[in-house]
Amino acid sequence: MVQLSMAKAITAGLSRAMDRNDHVVTIGQDIGKLGGVFRITDGLQERFGARRVMDSPLAEAGIVGTALGMAQRGYVPVCEIQFDGFVFPAFDQIINQASRLRFRSQGQVTAPIVIRLPYGGNVGSIEHHGESPEAYFTPTPGLRIVTPSTPADAYELIQQAIDSPDPVIVLEPKRLYHSLKGEVDLDAPPSGELDRARVVRLGSEVTLIGYGPMVSTLLSAAKVLADEGHSAEVVDLRSIAPIDWATVEKSARKTGRVIVAHEAPRTSGVSAELAARIQERCFFALEAPVLRVTGLDMPYPPSRVETDYVPSVDRVLQTVDRALAY
Amino acid sequence: MTSTNAWTPRIVGDANEHPDDAAGGMPADGIETVQLLDAEGGEVRHPTYSPQLSADEVRDAYRTMFLARRIDVEGTNLQRQGQLALWAPAKGQEAAQIGAITALRPTDMVYPSYRELAMAMRRGLDPVAILQIMRGITHATWDVDALRFGLFAFVVGAQSLQATGYAMGVTLDGADEVVLVCLGDGATSEGHVSEALNFAAVFNAPVIFLVQNNQYAISVPTSAQFRGAPAARAAGFGMPGIRVDGNDLLAVHAVVAEAAARARAGGGPTLIEAMTYRIGAHTTADDPTRYRSREEEELWAGRDPLVRIERWLRDQGTPEEYFSDLSDEADELATDVRARVLTLIPDGITELYDYVLAEPSAALVEEREQVERYLASLEGR
Repeated sequence: MVQLSMAKAITAGLSRAMDRNDHVVTIGQDIGKLGGVFRITDGLQERFGARRVMDSPLAEAGIVGTALGMAQRGYVPVCEIQFDGFVFPAFDQIINQASRLRFRSQGQVTAPIVIRLPYGGNVGSIEHHGESPEAYFTPTPGLRIVTPSTPADAYELIQQAIDSPDPVIVLEPKRLYHSLKGEVDLDAPPSGELDRARVVRLGSEVTLIGYGPMVSTLLSAAKVLADEGHSAEVVDLRSIAPIDWATVEKSARKTGRVIVAHEAPRTSGVSAELAARIQERCFFALEAPVLRVTGLDMPYPPSRVETDYVPSVDRVLQTVDRALAY
Repeated sequence: MTSTNAWTPRIVGDANEHPDDAAGGMPADGIETVQLLDAEGGEVRHPTYSPQLSADEVRDAYRTMFLARRIDVEGTNLQRQGQLALWAPAKGQEAAQIGAITALRPTDMVYPSYRELAMAMRRGLDPVAILQIMRGITHATWDVDALRFGLFAFVVGAQSLQATGYAMGVTLDGADEVVLVCLGDGATSEGHVSEALNFAAVFNAPVIFLVQNNQYAISVPTSAQFRGAPAARAAGFGMPGIRVDGNDLLAVHAVVAEAAARARAGGGPTLIEAMTYRIGAHTTADDPTRYRSREEEELWAGRDPLVRIERWLRDQGTPEEYFSDLSDEADELATDVRARVLTLIPDGITELYDYVLAEPSAALVEEREQVERYLASLEGR
């Protein structure tokens, strides 16, 4: 066990995957000598060479599109998209190409690529650097989308994503890159299925469901609630496409009250799918409607006011009060 | 209307002149068009390129061109009879396609667009595999690795990046393969194609961009598509750009062979602009009479790539029997293909769940069961 930041944990996971499989390559802007703008690929080019750690031209469709071609040649490319707001030029290669190559070819052509995408706000940056674009991707059949909430999880998920025969988007909560440290077992083999949610805190009165950067906010809220005499269960989805419905439903039935949190805007967000399924599947177990704590239905705001946009512990607590009042 | 002279390179300094030269079919933009056979099938001497195919090889190439055109007719007929949703004829582009594919090794990977019927047949693809796409049976399903022929691409230009990435993989492998990617004139306006050209140049990828400039992107003529010709744009990306008479089998073969040799030797990518003409409609849903003249169509009919090769082959002393046998073979193939297309029925929709993810998620398994139950409930009604 070692103490690692989430950034270092991802670097370690990438490095280990590249050690285990010499067909794993990585491509992105500034990932070579600079080590990426967040330093996630720090030292990788020195260690694995410029053939496997490729600085790309500044073109996101180019990164993902050429990665698909390399995958068709037998490589396992890991793409780095520099920031959440810059992924959209690659949208066609992800939505029309990567997600459906297996389907349209009935298994003849596959797309075992990984797209690493730093996301989320409250980092004090300028426009297009604090976005949560997951809901543009989650309705797309054929894509896997995962997001870690701890360094240990990040270390495991990046390796599992690389091992997956499906295209996987790894949403990396960038404000946790350097701020969140935790124990990581570097010898632990990546095990289990990629789309498993995890109950990260047991509770009985209300279920708080989140993913990525929201999980630590939900855990903080659960601690406050405990001090106030309320028992909250916290579920970390880890995979938002597909979603581990068994774990979600089990917790919903157990507590009867569910709150879903994410930083992305409310309308048609991942929380909408959760609310719909939970009411459909757990209707008679529910004591309250499924409530949401989300980003606001506006473009991401300037950073001086972003703390009012990103769901806070206080907003979660107020929403829990509403749920408990039913 | 057509003459040997009309196909020779020209330099035009007047920017106000209409970019299309109706007499020659070549843009009057000063870029040389490589030609080895004129419209009458007469040999043209070129200072750099010379025919690389023997008479036997040309006969073999012509055979595929001829068979593809027959299947093309069958595709259009089947659509008109309600048996296909759509057909995108390759008619007129056979020399560009067969000239290019015969210049490659069977191990070289090809990324087609969606009009490469002749090229696909040359690689051994059963044309029924293409017709079934247009019948709504499958999206694009064949053994890409065995044929070394990629899936049809319907998002214009998107395949160019994948071809480039594949070629980057060839470099990583240290293999001496090359990759050919097919584009149209319209595709060159897509951002993905510009990104692909740039990546290919930066990574020195062994990829050949074959732009079949058939003069129209559906209804939009090249004069409204771009001002900088694709062949000229290549230099800006840092690669050779060559314009070739795309209705001249021998010339297309020669320039692609040269580009392939360069790529194999580590010389990187090449863009080839093959000047041709879509004799038919864009697809059976299109109506070319709305946007181009009969005179223009007749002009290009006189430059038909099949007629040109047929004349050359006759000049070489190919016996009449060869042509009549080929005609019989084409009729038999068309009859066989038609019969098989008419029997095609799709798998059930629930079987498609097998191909969403490598292993279906629990939610997919559950949804599939729901759909199966629903479909079963309808039986017997």
